[in-house]
Amino acid sequence: MIEPGSIPAALVGGAVIGLAAALMLAVNGRILGVSGIAAGMIAAGTSGSERLLRGAFLLGMLVGGLAIGRVIPQALPGALTSNHGVLALAGLAVGFGTRLGGGCTSGHGVCGMARLSPRSLVATGVFMAAGFATVFVIRHVLGGLS
Amino acid sequence: MRLVSFFALGALFAIGLGISGMTQPAKVVGFLDLFGAWDPALMFVMGGAVMVNFVGYRLAVGRPHPLLAARFDVPTRRDIDWQLLLGATLFGAGWGLAGFCPGPALVALASGSVDVMVFVGAMFAGFVLKDLVIKPAAPKLQAGLAASR
Repeated sequence: MIEPGSIPAALVGGAVIGLAAALMLAVNGRILGVSGIAAGMIAAGTSGSERLLRGAFLLGMLVGGLAIGRVIPQALPGALTSNHGVLALAGLAVGFGTRLGGGCTSGHGVCGMARLSPRSLVATGVFMAAGFATVFVIRHVLGGLS
Repeated sequence: MRLVSFFALGALFAIGLGISGMTQPAKVVGFLDLFGAWDPALMFVMGGAVMVNFVGYRLAVGRPHPLLAARFDVPTRRDIDWQLLLGATLFGAGWGLAGFCPGPALVALASGSVDVMVFVGAMFAGFVLKDLVIKPAAPKLQAGLAASR
């Protein structure tokens, strides 16, 4: 078994992610963007049948997660910190930001870059840069998370 | 059939995320720590995913229509606006803070960790908050989704 998060595992896992995204398009004609799918699931204007499809996808993710937890438990170590204030702030920024920017690592990163979409190329560059900058400030200016 | 395909694709996607290392926040932050002990491994996740999807995307859209839908629904906007830039900045900041982006956070719920639930709960609150502050601007997409059903 390859170590999850090692370079070979990253390549294999990435290829599986790319395959899922390509199949979503080939089978359902849609972009596999997690923030969009999840937000649409709870948005006011979503129809019942649409909600069901999105719910099925999210349920599949949870079942896939349970399977991963069984086979490679070290892949699911939980969160980085137990500071719920930090986690809530981060979650809020991720939720608000992905909807405002129209996508996350899957929709803009995996799907948009493969389509060479200018919006996605810019968004991916910006969120990567913001991630680098945030970790720099936390680790090398503030001296780490509590 | 569509319902089954959505479920199966969600599971496949989650398994890919788990193998890749994206569901380990410490690993993600190690990758984002460009100016410290940088861990480049996760670069290969995006590399592998984009390579496979680059080819897969082109094979898929070359067909007359998707297997289980009437037509392809792919975003067509090309403009770069302030919402894209501010949204991506906020997202990147939250990603760097907790080491979770939306997909891996949802997969990590399977660990049963209350900490992960706090992150995911706040993320959904963020989805709702955005629609409250700025009205959803995608009636075209909604219509497209409806037509493709």
